[in-house]
Amino acid sequence: MSAHLLVLPIVLPLLVAALQLLLGERRRRLVAALSVASCVALVLLAAALLVGVTGAAAGDGLTTVYRIGDWPARFGIVLVADRLSVLMLLLTAVLALALLPCALGRWQQPGGPVQPMFQFLLMGLNGTFLTGDLFNLFVFFEVLLAATYGLALHRPGARRVSAGLHYIAVNLLASMLFLVGVSLIFGVTGTLNMAALAQLIPTVPDNTRALLHAGAAILGVAFLVKAAMWPLGFWLPRTYAAATSPVAAMFAIMTKVGVYVLLRLSLLLFGNGAGPASAHFGDSWLLWGGMATVVVGVVGMLGARDLGKLAGYNVLISSGTLLGAIGLQHPAVTAGALAYLVISTLAIAAFFLLAGMLAPDDEAEATPLLEPYDPAGEALYADEDENRATLPAPVALLGMCFLVCALVLAGLPPLSGFLAKFALLAPMLETGAGRGAIALFTLVVVAGFCTVIAMCRTGIQIFWADEDWTFPPIRLGEAVSVLILLGSCLALSVWADAPLRYLAATAEQLHAPAHYIRAVFP
Amino acid sequence: MEAVLALAIGVLAASGVWLLLRPRTFQVIIGLTLISYAVNLFIFCIGGLRTGADPVLRSGADITQYADPLPQALVLTAIVISFATTALFLVVLLASRGLTGNDHVDGKDGTP
Repeated sequence: MSAHLLVLPIVLPLLVAALQLLLGERRRRLVAALSVASCVALVLLAAALLVGVTGAAAGDGLTTVYRIGDWPARFGIVLVADRLSVLMLLLTAVLALALLPCALGRWQQPGGPVQPMFQFLLMGLNGTFLTGDLFNLFVFFEVLLAATYGLALHRPGARRVSAGLHYIAVNLLASMLFLVGVSLIFGVTGTLNMAALAQLIPTVPDNTRALLHAGAAILGVAFLVKAAMWPLGFWLPRTYAAATSPVAAMFAIMTKVGVYVLLRLSLLLFGNGAGPASAHFGDSWLLWGGMATVVVGVVGMLGARDLGKLAGYNVLISSGTLLGAIGLQHPAVTAGALAYLVISTLAIAAFFLLAGMLAPDDEAEATPLLEPYDPAGEALYADEDENRATLPAPVALLGMCFLVCALVLAGLPPLSGFLAKFALLAPMLETGAGRGAIALFTLVVVAGFCTVIAMCRTGIQIFWADEDWTFPPIRLGEAVSVLILLGSCLALSVWADAPLRYLAATAEQLHAPAHYIRAVFP
Repeated sequence: MEAVLALAIGVLAASGVWLLLRPRTFQVIIGLTLISYAVNLFIFCIGGLRTGADPVLRSGADITQYADPLPQALVLTAIVISFATTALFLVVLLASRGLTGNDHVDGKDGTP
């Protein structure tokens, strides 16, 4: 049984989604219960895998490999769980579970099979993090993208459909680039298994190496579109601001998927072991592109007029910082970047939820919806507005949550945002890595300062200056979601030691891809 | 053979990119379709072109006379996925047309 643990994070959401589709919209409570059960099970599975990769071979870093259909690696597809994969699985599961109270409250209304799509999204995300094969990665990417198309268009209005149209067109084009890159790499090396590629790249003959680099670069562009690097990330703030708040909060991990793949591939395929001609290919692009993204994010954030856009530009800053940090290719910086990835994902998700609570979108309510098919003539959703649980004193709660969110996002002490930024920035100065590291260091500090300015301004406008701002009643589910997310940020600032040690070991493992290769080809 | 295929891929991709940059949603979807055709042909020919060769191995046969089956499997997956996502895009296109009343990609007609 434990041997098949690795495939469960993909199979479980798939089965749950299929079951939910069969149950349809009439059995709402059962569908909701299935969603909760699936998310709880995913958290437990990720925890079990975490024990698996940290357990027996402590320090060395155990990597678990699952061969689908039991075909050996080069012929079949493998799923690989190392420390990084498991970290991302756990982050996804925790985020999904935290968002459920909010999402269940909102998704009880008619508007398509949104719960199954959420499960398909989880399946795609988990598959992306686990797969050890480039083409399989493409398939899981498409699964998760198809789910996000549906989620982004949930409760459609004119603005949402227009933003969704751009989002889909950009991502379809990026998928085409993905395919071109994958097929170029296959044409040169004859394999798409990541570990086999890592073995083959040093031995590629010089006359085809340029083709390999071209393929890798095109593949990289496809991931950079997902990670929203400037100038490929123009679609992001608009799409995220237009989506409903639980969906936008779940999308907080979407850019991190692009970052994850770039981190994995740049260190596995183009790390130190890739031979003199290919080592560190594309690093400087990531570094300077990441910095340009941070600049664009800062300028956009300072100019943003509504909360959704503000959160969207925060996503850009976080993504740019991570890309720049990957470009430095230093183990200690990578460890800090992983800490920053976790914290910023949680904080940005919380901020998207807060934005939805402070300024609920009236567009979806105002847009006429199609009546759901109801053959029995019962009023399916009649009692919806009456039993909505709300909380008293919304201003105090919203204000506190906003303050915590701002502190974490800006990276001010004493919260975990500061710890993550410190872990990211301190090694940059110690290593003496040259101009790039100094420039990124300066930029991240300035970006933190500008975040403080933008958040202060927004906070003053909403909570102090604007007397006409009406605070809508908070639904219980939304408050619970935000409190879980911010609570986990706070918990990480108190118990930071063990996670940071885990992340340092993760970075060590990533910078020594021999473990990964040996695990796939024993 | 190679030249014809290369030309076909190039023409398809170029027309696709041209259409993708046009302001009408229908042109965009046709552009995306053409690009996906170009990409599918590209994947298909990445294993080397062979006329009349068999991709399925039989025992005792000369392995050099076979076409590479993997790109064919890959292109099949790619065709299915791009077909499905294009269909999805078509639905969104129609929704946008219905909600905004015109077929401009930004939802509002720029022409005065």
